[in-house]
Amino acid sequence: MKKWNLIIDVGKCHNSNNCFLSVVDEYQGNDHPGYSAAMPKHGHHWIDHLRKERGQAPMVDLTYVPTMCNHCDNAPCIKLAENGAVTKRSDGIVIIDPEKAKGQRKLVDSCPYGAIWWNDEKEIPQTWIFDAHLLDRGWKEPRPVQACATGALRSVFIEDSEMQRMVKDENLEVLHPEYGTKPRVYYRNLNLYTKCFIGGSVIADIEGIEECIEKSLVSLIKDGNKIAETWTDIFGDFKIDNLEPNSGNYDVEVSHPEHSSKTVSVILDESTYIGSIRL
Amino acid sequence: MKFSLILYALPWMLRFKSWRHKEFRDRLKEQNLVVQKKIADDSNGRFYSFKDGKIISVRGIHPKPDVCISFKSETIAAELMIPPINYQAQIDAIKNFNLIAQGPDKLVTWFSETIMMSQTLGWEFGTPVGNGEMRYVNNTNGGPVYVYVKDGKIIRMTPIDFQDDDGETWTIKARGKEFSPPRKTSISPHGLASKSLVYSKERNLYPMKRVDFDPDGERNFQNRGISGYERISWEEAIDIVASEIKRVNRKYGPGAIYAGRSSHHTWGNVGYYISAYQKFINIIGATTTLLNPDSWEGWYWGAMHHYGHSMRNGAAEIYGQVEDCLQEAEMIVYWSSDPEVTNGVYGSFEGTVRRQWAKELGIEMVHIDPFLNETAAFMGGKWLAPRPTTSPALAQALTYVWIKEGLYDKDYIEKRTTGFDKWSAYIMGEDEEGVAKTPEWAETETGVAAREIRALARKWASKKTYLSAGSMGTTLGGACRSATGAQWARSMICLMAMQGLGKPGINFGGLQFGSPIDYNFYFPGYAEGGFNGDGQNSANGVSLYQRMPHLLSLNPTQQSIPRLKRPEAIMDGKTEGYPIDIRSIEGQFFPIRYPSPGHSPAKMMYKYGSSYIGTQPDSNRYVKMYQTGNLEFVVSQSIWNEGEVKFADVILPACTNFERWDIGEWANPGGYGHDWVGQLNHRVIGLQHKCIEPLGESKPDYQIFQEVLIRLGHSMYFTQGHREIDWVKRMFDASDLPKGISWKKFCKKGYYVVPAEKDTLRQPTSYKWFADGEKKNIQEPHPLPGSYGEEFLEGLQTQSGKIEFESQSLKRFGQDPERPPLNKYIPSWEGIHSKELFEKYPLQLISPHARYSFHTKGDGKDSAINDIRDHRVNIDGYFYWIVRISMADANDRGIKENDLVKLFNDRGALICAAQVTERLKPGIIHCRQASAVYDPLGKPGESADRGGCVNLLTPNRMQTSKVHSAAYNSCLIEIERWDGTDSIQDNNSAVEEKNAAEQVIGV
Repeated sequence: MKKWNLIIDVGKCHNSNNCFLSVVDEYQGNDHPGYSAAMPKHGHHWIDHLRKERGQAPMVDLTYVPTMCNHCDNAPCIKLAENGAVTKRSDGIVIIDPEKAKGQRKLVDSCPYGAIWWNDEKEIPQTWIFDAHLLDRGWKEPRPVQACATGALRSVFIEDSEMQRMVKDENLEVLHPEYGTKPRVYYRNLNLYTKCFIGGSVIADIEGIEECIEKSLVSLIKDGNKIAETWTDIFGDFKIDNLEPNSGNYDVEVSHPEHSSKTVSVILDESTYIGSIRL
Repeated sequence: MKFSLILYALPWMLRFKSWRHKEFRDRLKEQNLVVQKKIADDSNGRFYSFKDGKIISVRGIHPKPDVCISFKSETIAAELMIPPINYQAQIDAIKNFNLIAQGPDKLVTWFSETIMMSQTLGWEFGTPVGNGEMRYVNNTNGGPVYVYVKDGKIIRMTPIDFQDDDGETWTIKARGKEFSPPRKTSISPHGLASKSLVYSKERNLYPMKRVDFDPDGERNFQNRGISGYERISWEEAIDIVASEIKRVNRKYGPGAIYAGRSSHHTWGNVGYYISAYQKFINIIGATTTLLNPDSWEGWYWGAMHHYGHSMRNGAAEIYGQVEDCLQEAEMIVYWSSDPEVTNGVYGSFEGTVRRQWAKELGIEMVHIDPFLNETAAFMGGKWLAPRPTTSPALAQALTYVWIKEGLYDKDYIEKRTTGFDKWSAYIMGEDEEGVAKTPEWAETETGVAAREIRALARKWASKKTYLSAGSMGTTLGGACRSATGAQWARSMICLMAMQGLGKPGINFGGLQFGSPIDYNFYFPGYAEGGFNGDGQNSANGVSLYQRMPHLLSLNPTQQSIPRLKRPEAIMDGKTEGYPIDIRSIEGQFFPIRYPSPGHSPAKMMYKYGSSYIGTQPDSNRYVKMYQTGNLEFVVSQSIWNEGEVKFADVILPACTNFERWDIGEWANPGGYGHDWVGQLNHRVIGLQHKCIEPLGESKPDYQIFQEVLIRLGHSMYFTQGHREIDWVKRMFDASDLPKGISWKKFCKKGYYVVPAEKDTLRQPTSYKWFADGEKKNIQEPHPLPGSYGEEFLEGLQTQSGKIEFESQSLKRFGQDPERPPLNKYIPSWEGIHSKELFEKYPLQLISPHARYSFHTKGDGKDSAINDIRDHRVNIDGYFYWIVRISMADANDRGIKENDLVKLFNDRGALICAAQVTERLKPGIIHCRQASAVYDPLGKPGESADRGGCVNLLTPNRMQTSKVHSAAYNSCLIEIERWDGTDSIQDNNSAVEEKNAAEQVIGV
């Protein structure tokens, strides 16, 4: 049985919000009987964006993570819903029936991802339904995928076994696997959001003039073990990524054959640009 | 004989159509009148009595027809009346008075349009897609859309997925890989939010009049922006407007009507501003607006003087750079260039996929911008953050390193440039000023470390480098809109001249322009003027006028108001400025004075389009301007109630382009934006279906102008008897579209994709001809033949034909110490060197273009854009504009994320929501421009605005004194947590003033 899945490459999201706007366009002002009731004019982010700035000027990077209903296979909302208000379709899509779910505010709290929105006026919980009404009419992909210019969003309609192969091959993750809800929305490059870096700039005086030092060897030491190694670029910059936030003490050892060496200690909380290291 | 037969047959044709088509039956019932068709000397004729939908046809001459159409001879008449209509012959006949239509304008127009209508019946539009939905096509400022309609209501708008039979897509081969863009259109957020804008609660749906405005009595100018409105009928509204036009013309003479428009609030070749609006103002003889080159600024006033390109406003050539960059370049330097936000111009996200290819190929990126912009965030690479306005100093220091270390193309300098010796002496401090422009010198000025400047200079010189200067990569950019704007743009040319502009992999561009599409397929851009017939103030005469014969129009009033000095012109009654005149480099040297000799100052204002308060510098001036009695009448023709519409005396509600007919090509202005379609991956030309009926009582701009002109007897001259759909068909026929798609199919499908250019016929790369010392071989019609110094197509437009480090045109002008022939560094007049002001207002504000809205398009107006978390922030039910502030500056001021803060200086104040960020260095504030909402907390013009109009703070001073250019990014401000008051001063001063006032009145 083929089912829908969504794959989001965080490294490709440039925060155009076209996915959000597609959903707003599709659901605001439109009831889709049997699928969903119209979305309120403001305040609902059925597709939302998390923003993460890492580092400090001038070494900063920026990551956006689109979030939405995960169409979980083990969805708490389905379990909690009364009179079958939330259903799992055979194609994997989770739908909240706007009539049966009326008044069931608890469904909002049932979602550990916060992806269910409460419609005050209609007193119903609402989510993005993967544009199921359009897919049922033969559309090849949901609208947020179509409107994404970077290819950050990809929808695939495949067997679960094939999906699991892709998870392995492409290093896909789900948000908060510890919730145990078995999401059908997968992420690539999520480390840009969840992990952090240590960066710096290596400089030295050459003939009395301060210069950026390219090709310095930078080693990252944790508990006496070298856990990473990199070289500085022409600006003397280095960046060692994929570190756990709040992971304690590190030593950054910098050396260059034509200059002295130096070690700088860092206590890693969030991504840190340690500034200039003068050899 | 032929003529008699045609006259006899005409009513039968109309009766037949009426029998077949209900809409035509209804049309014929609209008017009762007698129409005479005859030979001028009454030798032959027939008249038709239209009565309650019936037509009685009688041979002979009617003694008193309502409408009389006469031809000079039967031969001429027969030629003109036999379909298909020969429009060239028709226009000739009208111009030579061989064809004359007489009678009340309204009736002549009705009859002509009825005849046109009889030819268009039965056309079928759109595609049924099931579920009771029809799918139409339309265009936006940010890409074409499918529009799904059900029961007269727009359901959704999506980008267009191409079908198999749509024009093919190109492929670029680079470094062993093949790249081909997706077969669909992309869309900008402001385009995708269009449905929410159509159904916005801020739409003007009915004609309105300010409650205390009485055209025959008290006008209460001072209450503009304060008083409310009452609904009036269209009849009354048009009567007021037409009688005010007549009144001020008679009372004051030519020039008394001032027409002011915005750009970019809608799309389409027929109903857009350079077409219908421009013809309208030509007809009413209005004083126009002398534009400043607002997007180009420094390129127009500066860069042009080193390398020409006047007809591109000083922008660089735009051909072939996508392929060359992907195949050859090793690095791209983005300098004041954020194409992921600005999308070229109208180009949605077409360049995005190409930049992703560059990343895939390992082309390195450097981003120079005071703000870590979205392109930098998306592409990665080195970020250098010079202080606002100091980029020219950074460029000079790069030059210093190149000269000192010999890292430049000496052969190119020798053969392709002039004036390098003088430039070198200035840079190295070997001239009379004696200041070497060392990296250390630049570090003090820019805040960029000297060592990083040296590293960049060496890296740049050692790699084949593309310079993406400005948002197009070949022009524009926030750095060109400050006091040093011209200096910055000039420095971009001088840098590229030293590295061999035009050699493989060395060029202007950031993969935004120059894709290998078919540039020869003709479809007119909007700046070709539609049906305006204006060869002077649009590109109408280049191609469209010949291809679509229509009547000429020319504005008899030779008066214009420099845009940036509009408030002064109105309030002081005089001002002056410098023009955009692109025919030559020297066109910009001619000062324009207002008022013109013998002309009346402006007495009424015909405002069309969107807001100035959101987009024009120091915009509290506008409040004062509107509230002066010097403007006896202000009419605003606007789709939405936004910005300063609330300062009008009468509001005429226009509809969106989804509610009227039009036609247009994605991202194609033509004229000043010749071949801008090169930013697209596919050229897409769209029939802009009238998808729904106009909401409320709103009307198409075309029809509103027509209504006014009927009162003035000019309607037939305006429309030529055409309805909008008739012009759409004329535009279709005038273009190359019939070679690719039938009208019938186009009507249903709604769009045409121009097939990609054959590999072997692709445009060569820009400037390759110049670098190779060949004649110009790229296909752009610039410059004018007379601009070549010696042989046609030989060299650039400059006097020497080369890139001039010392500009000969500025030397010849010789009157502008702020623009010396050598591009010397002159610090911004508002910035870190402005001692007292800098002490009072220590933060440098940059206000680049908004990301999700396009100028004011898409912002406010209850649009879906407001809910985007990086656009506005909803705090207690109000959507506040966002200001970005560095962590350090925020901490100093006790400001936290999403705090409401006041930005202020002596010019004004606004309230924003703070976003605390590391994307800025301390001392720099980022607040995007062009809020559509002006919402003063107290008295307009004298209180803080919480709509987010950052331009209340920006200076109105020209970049330099002999130009007409804005300097938005030379702006000092202070920020503090908002105390909840409407004061424009800082909290302490406001309290002191209040205490003082209370003492005075003895509280």
